[in-house]
Amino acid sequence: MLKNVSHHTIDVTGLNFSYPDGHQALQSVSLYVSPGEKVALVGPNGAGKSTLMLHLNGILRPSAGLVRVGGLQVTEHNLGKIRAWVGLVFQDPDDQLFSPTVFDDVAFGPLHMRLGAEEVRQRVRSALAAVHMSEYPERLSHHLSMGEKKRIAIATVLAMDPLILVLDEPTAGLDPRSRRSLIRLLAELPQTMLVASHDMHLVAELFHRMVIMDKGQIVADGVTESIMDDTDLLEAHGLESPCH
Amino acid sequence: MHVNLVDQYVRGTSTIHRLDTRVKVTATLLLILSVSLMPAGKWVAFAFLWAITLVLTAAAGIPIGSVLRRSLIALPFALAALTLLVTVPGPPLLELPRVGWTVSEPGLVRFASILLKSWLSVQIAIILAATTHLTDLLWALNSLHVPRLLIAIISFMYRYLFVLAGEGFRMARARQARSAAPAGSQSTGGNLAWRARVTGWMVGQLFLRSYERSERVYQAMAARGYRGQIRRLDPPPLSPRDLMLGALPVTAYAVILAAANWC
Repeated sequence: MLKNVSHHTIDVTGLNFSYPDGHQALQSVSLYVSPGEKVALVGPNGAGKSTLMLHLNGILRPSAGLVRVGGLQVTEHNLGKIRAWVGLVFQDPDDQLFSPTVFDDVAFGPLHMRLGAEEVRQRVRSALAAVHMSEYPERLSHHLSMGEKKRIAIATVLAMDPLILVLDEPTAGLDPRSRRSLIRLLAELPQTMLVASHDMHLVAELFHRMVIMDKGQIVADGVTESIMDDTDLLEAHGLESPCH
Repeated sequence: MHVNLVDQYVRGTSTIHRLDTRVKVTATLLLILSVSLMPAGKWVAFAFLWAITLVLTAAAGIPIGSVLRRSLIALPFALAALTLLVTVPGPPLLELPRVGWTVSEPGLVRFASILLKSWLSVQIAIILAATTHLTDLLWALNSLHVPRLLIAIISFMYRYLFVLAGEGFRMARARQARSAAPAGSQSTGGNLAWRARVTGWMVGQLFLRSYERSERVYQAMAARGYRGQIRRLDPPPLSPRDLMLGALPVTAYAVILAAANWC
């Protein structure tokens, strides 16, 4: 059990999911991400990207199929471990940052991992340093700019020392400068990464592999460069190549 | 978009600002308790209490004018005591024309004392709010064993008040932007009934959005290991110096209270 950590993979097979209102959001989705790999997840709004991401740390449970993270199946029993391994960053930082101060928010994950006080402080310091926001612990979340909020949101999961980062629209709503520094930050981070984005420039720049989802299914999965060249495929799913 | 709701906190480095928040909260509660225990009609004692409050305000470096202005918020609540004027038996002072009620002297004394007490209590609370950041206050309440659920509710309210206010403000602006007037008309945006209806929709929208947001916030909490119990760092030990500083005004108030009871 212990050394399962050594292969921090995402392994989804035949995943189906329907919301309680009957809407089928995912249909036989299968996806394998190897350790250290950075994969982009693109597709139109409502394609099921966020729904898939919510499965990766057990917030949603499959109607059918199997989700394994780091070799462990996502079950009630494994939830604590899996949530520490998978850092899930939501699209709207106002959802992610729910505490009054930056420190409280970054400390939330470590505290709920039941770490000691000194360890918690240390983790908050290094997580804020990793996103270049060391000066910010006492700041109030509602006074931060969008770019700052996005960085702090990433720090809130980095503090949990995750093996896998799952990010929903990390560059949405950012001005060019904040976007550029966020891209640099993502390039620096060593974790296995699955990033949902509409930002095709970001995808082309940062990810060697991309996965296209549409209507709850994976419709393409391959090397970013060749998929970006396939304009017919992109257009068929409401996407645009960054070159045009 | 950024809505600047006025925080009660006044930045500063006074001794009162730096005092341990647990001491401040406890002292504030004790001061308010002694104000409310003060017997009615002891005007000299009230004057002493007020003098101490003013000294504390000055020591905290808060403008006294702003404290007095803010303390007026107590007045509407004190009006609930207005009935005392006519219900407490005693020598009549004057008779209200037409309704035929008599205002008694002890009634007036009781009413004035309640007015003074609430006004003083609010001033004491303002000193706490102006010298303590709300986040510190929450932390102190936590270490004073106030139920965590209650603290969590206050802290979410504080955090999302700003988000909600921002959303409300944007909706109001969007309504304004689409409230055109026909050529030649002065007023924009329809009559009162129309405005009321639109406001109703906006309130409903705001509720739905908050409800959906609460769902997403819960997911964000669960994703970071929340399993129904909020955890916080343990507080550091209290320093004896802070305890003594906090005991000073409390002792002064207690002495005045004792004197007022025996003299």
